[in-house]
Amino acid sequence: MNRLGWRRWKSRVMVGLMMVAVVVAVAPLVMILATLVARGAGSLNLAFFTQIPVPAGETGGGVAHAIVGTLLIVGTAALLGLPIGIGAGIYCAEYPTARLAVVARFVADVMNGTPSIVVGVFAWTLIVDVQKHFSGLAGSAALAMLMVPMVLRTTEEMVRLVPHSLREAALALGYPRWRTSLSVVVRTCLPGIVTGSLLAIARIAGETAPLLFTALGSQFMSRDLDQPMAALPLTVFTYATGPYDDWHRIAWATALVLILVVLVLSLLARLATRQRFGSRG
Amino acid sequence: MKHAVVVGLALAVGPGGEVAAQANLNGAGATFPNPIYQKWFDSYAKKTGVKINYQSIGSGGGIRQFTQGTVDFGATDGPMTDEQIAAVKGNVAHLPTVLGAVVLTYNLPALGATKLKLDGTAIADIFLGKITKWNDQRIAALNPGVKLPATDLLVVHRSDGSGTTYVFVDYLAKVSPEWRTKVGVSTAVKWPTGLGGKGNEGVTQQIKQLEGTIGYVELVYAEANKLRYASVKNAAGKLVDPTLASVTAAASSAKLPKTTDFRVSITNAPGENSYPIASFTWLLVKVDNPDAGKAKQIRDFLVWMVDAEAQKIADDLGYAPLPADVASLVKDRLKVLKAAGKAV
Amino acid sequence: MPGEVPLRGRNLGDLAFKTLLTIAAIAIPALLAFLVWELYLGSKLAIERYGLGFISGTNWDPVAEEFGALPLIFGTLTSAAIALVIAVPLSLGVAIYLTEFAPKWIRQPIAFVIELLAAIPSVVYGLWGIFVLIPLLRTAVFPFLRDTLGFLPLFQGPIYGNSMLAAGIILAIMVMPYIMSVSREVLLAVPTSQREAALGLGATRWEAAWTAVVPYARSGILGAIILGLGRALGETMAVTMLIGNRHEIAASLFAPGYTMAAVIANEFTEAATDIHFSALTYVAFTLFFVTVLVNAAARLLIWRVSRGRPSGGQGV
Repeated sequence: MNRLGWRRWKSRVMVGLMMVAVVVAVAPLVMILATLVARGAGSLNLAFFTQIPVPAGETGGGVAHAIVGTLLIVGTAALLGLPIGIGAGIYCAEYPTARLAVVARFVADVMNGTPSIVVGVFAWTLIVDVQKHFSGLAGSAALAMLMVPMVLRTTEEMVRLVPHSLREAALALGYPRWRTSLSVVVRTCLPGIVTGSLLAIARIAGETAPLLFTALGSQFMSRDLDQPMAALPLTVFTYATGPYDDWHRIAWATALVLILVVLVLSLLARLATRQRFGSRG
Repeated sequence: MKHAVVVGLALAVGPGGEVAAQANLNGAGATFPNPIYQKWFDSYAKKTGVKINYQSIGSGGGIRQFTQGTVDFGATDGPMTDEQIAAVKGNVAHLPTVLGAVVLTYNLPALGATKLKLDGTAIADIFLGKITKWNDQRIAALNPGVKLPATDLLVVHRSDGSGTTYVFVDYLAKVSPEWRTKVGVSTAVKWPTGLGGKGNEGVTQQIKQLEGTIGYVELVYAEANKLRYASVKNAAGKLVDPTLASVTAAASSAKLPKTTDFRVSITNAPGENSYPIASFTWLLVKVDNPDAGKAKQIRDFLVWMVDAEAQKIADDLGYAPLPADVASLVKDRLKVLKAAGKAV
Repeated sequence: MPGEVPLRGRNLGDLAFKTLLTIAAIAIPALLAFLVWELYLGSKLAIERYGLGFISGTNWDPVAEEFGALPLIFGTLTSAAIALVIAVPLSLGVAIYLTEFAPKWIRQPIAFVIELLAAIPSVVYGLWGIFVLIPLLRTAVFPFLRDTLGFLPLFQGPIYGNSMLAAGIILAIMVMPYIMSVSREVLLAVPTSQREAALGLGATRWEAAWTAVVPYARSGILGAIILGLGRALGETMAVTMLIGNRHEIAASLFAPGYTMAAVIANEFTEAATDIHFSALTYVAFTLFFVTVLVNAAARLLIWRVSRGRPSGGQGV
């Protein structure tokens, strides 16, 4: 085989290997979704989304309280965590050599490796132990703390990828620095930031451990962030660890709902992004 | 992105701003009685309108949160130690609610429908790692006429700290001096052998999937999942199946004095019909609650709970109800509960 | 219009912008400092009793109140390493394929599907792992490995299913979407001119991707891998359910192990004595230092990689 032939052959082999990688990467998702649907879909009906649970031994009921709880807790966490994470990410990218940027970046990496239960205990000592009662807000604080470092890292990487020429062009046109940052740099890499934020929200939405000692959970509908609150992952956890088959069924169905909630959120966000920023990706 | 969050929040909070139905009381703790507590609190809410939120975060968590005052009441499968009681200046009452039992479940298809029979020494030797084959003489002697395979015996235990573990090792420490000195009693111990499964599911799955395994789970759990479990020789030398009746028998044989603080172990209980690996599970409440309103709500609930109606519900769900004499002792004890120094 | 903004207002705008960003950036180390302080307070009792011997100790006995974290540290590092060995080539392969080779219409759907993996809660991974993954590994994958690679001590010994390798595999599945999606964003941002230049020089499409596009995105990709590593080190629920939870340092990947995060998840809610509680907090504290060390090492690596080579890659 001549040199060029070998190179073409190698190119084809590598592409083939990458296609195998795609299949291997998608397989677990297909298997997990199949398991969830097989074990959970049968329990999904209108009542499941509109009612609160009934105790063991009775059939029916739903997880409306946990859906509301998750939306409130995660929504609040995002409102708390995204501005800090994105702001700090832009800071690290805009002033990459500032000492604060070096520290913040490193600290974010360290926080990324902190087990979420430890963050839950931290939120417990900060909020629950001081207030002397559990609350959805304490759960939001724990989740916000978990998402900040993730958002920071992705935001920074995305902002840094924007070519310098773009920034220089804007500055040369007389844009002040903050407008250059916001309407040129950040806007250019917004899809990346959105992806990063989404991944962060998706991750915290499924967290159980940090909510155990903060939001605590509740079998009632609660919309007061200052009170114990149900959340989908807590419900999955409680029902999955209970003794009854019926509870396990609810656990699988709730897990399915949890994934659907995240899916709907992601799709909404993606649609919003696409409308404004057109053809990217 | 923010749009989605705001939309989500708006959807969640909803139009009209109706008043959210909030819990009057919050409690947390033991996981094993969680189903019956959920059922009780639901029935009680329907009856009286008093909403009690209970979350199963674990017995240790129940004690910790009760001590810190973040919940109105705690729940635990293992009683508080004297040290822990001193930490709340003695302001705690242990009130038994139902009974639990731990069963030995196994995966040994060779046995067919024949039930495995074990005694305390054999169980201790298995979990000490001294019995490693199913046809070991110490097991065979207890199961005359049963053909035991010569395969490896694999131990599965709980990896998480658990009230179930506490009850089980409390029993082992009573029947085996070696266990008492080498391993001891706690919600989590240093297991001499075996594999750790997380929660009842972890243990169950491991046993279901792997032939030759043996482990321990709660009776309610074993019943609901139709697991095979062993008969165990009790202190009176009788082989007893774990049933609601044999568990209640163990509690009746405890013979509590009038002044008891209810922190009693009923493992290896005397009596012909007593199942030996059983235990009370407790609610932790303040003897003197500075919040008079809550004190009354808790007291009223407890009065209802030890009554026949609530105890009957326990029976229906597979929990052994309190023996009548224990229930009346508890009822008697509720009179000492105070609200800010005054009688409730 | 930019020209109409008076200079003073412009400086004010810049000042406000920088102040806001600075507050956000300061919040992060401040939070961590607070967290470390709380962890220190929580683990003080154990630190005073065991000192640094905690890290080299191999005994974990809550009854005798003896605690040592070495098997936990070993398990945390090993399971994370297995995860990266599996996940990095896979996710890079997918990311490169999706940005450089795949038909346009399929790119977005596949990326979205894989990102969905990140949305699956840890506890669901754990349940799926017990019901689906473990039986598959125990009956098919592990015996195959033992038959083919059994001469290595890594693949010897009895097969229980729950093991270090099972935990590593579930971790690989869990960190893959993170590495994939960030790498993909990074690769997408590489200017088209990079590709065109390489192709114009006569490179095959693979060569263009591997020698012109990937090196350009190198530091971003390493960032993605660190993100994945961070998650692998701290991942709790799924690992707890699959690793077998045994305080032991075993040579074989088929043997059960333990991680720092798993022991916290297992024992934290039921820790009866203060010293047990404190020892678990000390484990969390130790996990912190391990992450700091690993991150420092990874950072050093990035620094060397991005300085060590000319920025245009190895050339075609």
